[in-house]
Amino acid sequence: MAVVFAKTKMLCEKPFHYCPGCTHGIIHRLVAEALDELGIGETAIGVAPVGCAVFAYDYFACDMMEAAHGRAPAVATGIKRVCPDKAVFTYQGDGDLASIGTAEIIHAATRGEKITTIFVNNAIYGMTGGQMAPTTLPGQVTTTSPYGRDTSHCGWPVKVSEMLSTLTGPAYIARVSVHDVPNIKKAKAAIKKAFQLQMEGKGFTLVEVLSTCPTNWGKTPQEALMWVKESMIPAYPLGVFKDVTAQPATPEGGAQ
Amino acid sequence: MAIVTVNEDVCKGCGLCVDACPKKIMALDSSRINKKGYHTASCIRMEECIGCAFCAIMCPDVAITVEK
Amino acid sequence: MKQLMKGNEAIAEAAIQAGCRFFFGYPITPQNQIPEYMSKRLPQVGGCFLQAESEIAAINMVYGAGGAGARVMTSSSSPGISLKQEGISYIVGAEVPCVIVNMVRGGPGLGSIQPAQSDYYQATRGGGHGDYRMCVLAPGSVQEAVDLTQDAFDIADRYRNPVLVLGDGLIGQMMEPVDMDKVADRAPAADLKEKNWAANGHIPTEDSPRAIINSLYIDPQVLENHCKRLQAKYDLIAANECRWQEEMLSDAEIVIVAYGTTSRIARSAMRKCREKGIKVGMLRPITLWPFPDAALRKTLSTAKAYLVLEMSMGQMVDDVRLAINGERPVHFYGRTGGMVPTVAETAAQIEQLAQSIAPDDGTCRTEFEKTVRGAAEKIDAAAEVVGKKLDEAGKKITETFNSPELHKKAQDVGKQASDFAVRTADTVAKGVTELFGAIGKAVESVQKDLKDIEQQQKAESDESEPPKDGGKEGE
Repeated sequence: MAVVFAKTKMLCEKPFHYCPGCTHGIIHRLVAEALDELGIGETAIGVAPVGCAVFAYDYFACDMMEAAHGRAPAVATGIKRVCPDKAVFTYQGDGDLASIGTAEIIHAATRGEKITTIFVNNAIYGMTGGQMAPTTLPGQVTTTSPYGRDTSHCGWPVKVSEMLSTLTGPAYIARVSVHDVPNIKKAKAAIKKAFQLQMEGKGFTLVEVLSTCPTNWGKTPQEALMWVKESMIPAYPLGVFKDVTAQPATPEGGAQ
Repeated sequence: MAIVTVNEDVCKGCGLCVDACPKKIMALDSSRINKKGYHTASCIRMEECIGCAFCAIMCPDVAITVEK
Repeated sequence: MKQLMKGNEAIAEAAIQAGCRFFFGYPITPQNQIPEYMSKRLPQVGGCFLQAESEIAAINMVYGAGGAGARVMTSSSSPGISLKQEGISYIVGAEVPCVIVNMVRGGPGLGSIQPAQSDYYQATRGGGHGDYRMCVLAPGSVQEAVDLTQDAFDIADRYRNPVLVLGDGLIGQMMEPVDMDKVADRAPAADLKEKNWAANGHIPTEDSPRAIINSLYIDPQVLENHCKRLQAKYDLIAANECRWQEEMLSDAEIVIVAYGTTSRIARSAMRKCREKGIKVGMLRPITLWPFPDAALRKTLSTAKAYLVLEMSMGQMVDDVRLAINGERPVHFYGRTGGMVPTVAETAAQIEQLAQSIAPDDGTCRTEFEKTVRGAAEKIDAAAEVVGKKLDEAGKKITETFNSPELHKKAQDVGKQASDFAVRTADTVAKGVTELFGAIGKAVESVQKDLKDIEQQQKAESDESEPPKDGGKEGE
């Protein structure tokens, strides 16, 4: 009998602290497997964010640094400049990356910093108790938008992948989802490609992963997956927004 | 036949594996709870398992091992 | 061989010679020559200069590079250092060594671009959040800036803690001769160990396990333990790294305390005052934290007063007062906002202080003192006269009270009073008796009148019908 599926050695033994049904765990696994399969995991250096994934340093079986809120791309820049041959990645949520850390991510991207950013977008601040995020959908109810996000008052969601793909520095930018098995497989392929292009020195790489927050969305894990599919994907279309290795270079995702 | 093993200590009973299984042979066992207080998932008709590992791919806690 | 170098450039070259190969910064006056120099020199030595998008990003790049085990530096000036405070707190919490240079300018807010020392509190009290300390080195010359910058890297590595080099616009901008040959290719201090804790993507070994560079300790007990361990480290820094310079202190009655640029002004003023015979000396803190408390307390044996000179509204003066602990007066003189105190105004402060502590030999040195002294003498004389007169009056009062004549008079008055009282009492008693008699008579007369009326009414009713019930109302 052969093992069809087992936990990758790039994940530590420690069980995840995430809520039941939260897809952070799936994304962790995909990153760990990608690092392992590319043979770059043992010497990789990861940067954990502030937010639900703050304890990521306990889960990835490689050297890790914990950054201040939003600063992971700057910390990763420092690491990468010292260790240019190692795989360096940041794992950041939407509050971390798309709100308090917008300057850091835009400039890491435009510098073409040879790092990989895993951007987990679940349209809410999870760790702090479900407040409105820069990615919260119009009309979405959160603890700080109790009447639903009013765009006339607090504007529109930030579309990070679209925004960053306008820059010259990024080598690869894709948006994926983990709401079902086929999409999880696509997500892993995207993450793997991002790391591969980083190691080839092509430039900045980012994979935005649409993720769930059953607890703060007030949904069951199953309902949460449906909400990703039916509400988030229409607002955040999946696809590759930038790929310097693709022929032709027009982003397929941009048209969706 | 394939073998699905659920690490009961880390399973949080979210049920995503139950929905992901194409053969509908994964289920939460409401008669017992693990040390974290969750009804854990398990394969209830192992002989029907095709070893597709969809349950493991969907599991957010990487609690499932599949052999074939 | 000595060469003329600008402070900022000398610091940058000194860092490179101490093995610094990574620099992350952001432009701000008056420290721009440091990043400019680094951008030119670091690529020549295989290093990396990166202009960050902000001071916040720069300090976090420093955190990353330092966490990966490299010797790394950033520099800024006051407003930029404020922005870096978040990162500095994380760097201290995660125990990552690095060197930070602050070429202080006037504040608060955007302030000015001229030299100041008004970031003393921020530098020595933490600046960022949480319980922490940072070694602060304050050079007083370009040569010292070079030496201290190199030492800063050793201290940072030794304790896994950031070290702050605190200069000001003057130290950064002025040119002085420095001996760069002496500091070339400086090797790390011999006691420094290999950085087996670094997050550099190493394969974990027993000696060097998987690195987690982190300042998050969610369990309060674990965090308290961490803070206690950090505190033990700060105690060690305080015990081992405190530096200061003593000048002319052996007989100093006035002790000036000044650091960096103001110590140079204080030195010139001190020499001028020594020429005038004023016993003045100077203690110059080189480390602002740890502050040289013990060295300062040793000056108590000769000191009568302290003068703290700063380019601020008075910040280090707090530390001097803490050290002196009320045993001597601690005076302050400062200019701020980019204003630099002159030697003349500093010397005037010292002279004034010398006068205030001089023993009183009766001689008047100024017209004002003469006037005051004259007025005081007049007041003294007047007071003496008034005192004498009061004394005499007091004596007379006592004599009068004690005289037999007064006693007899008192007895007479007593008897008269007594007689008067008896007489008065008799009169009153008589009057009262008469009054009661009159009242009695009046009552009798009224009673008689009432009886007459009653009889008259009875007679009238007998003549007519018998009285009805209502007739009783009349009674």
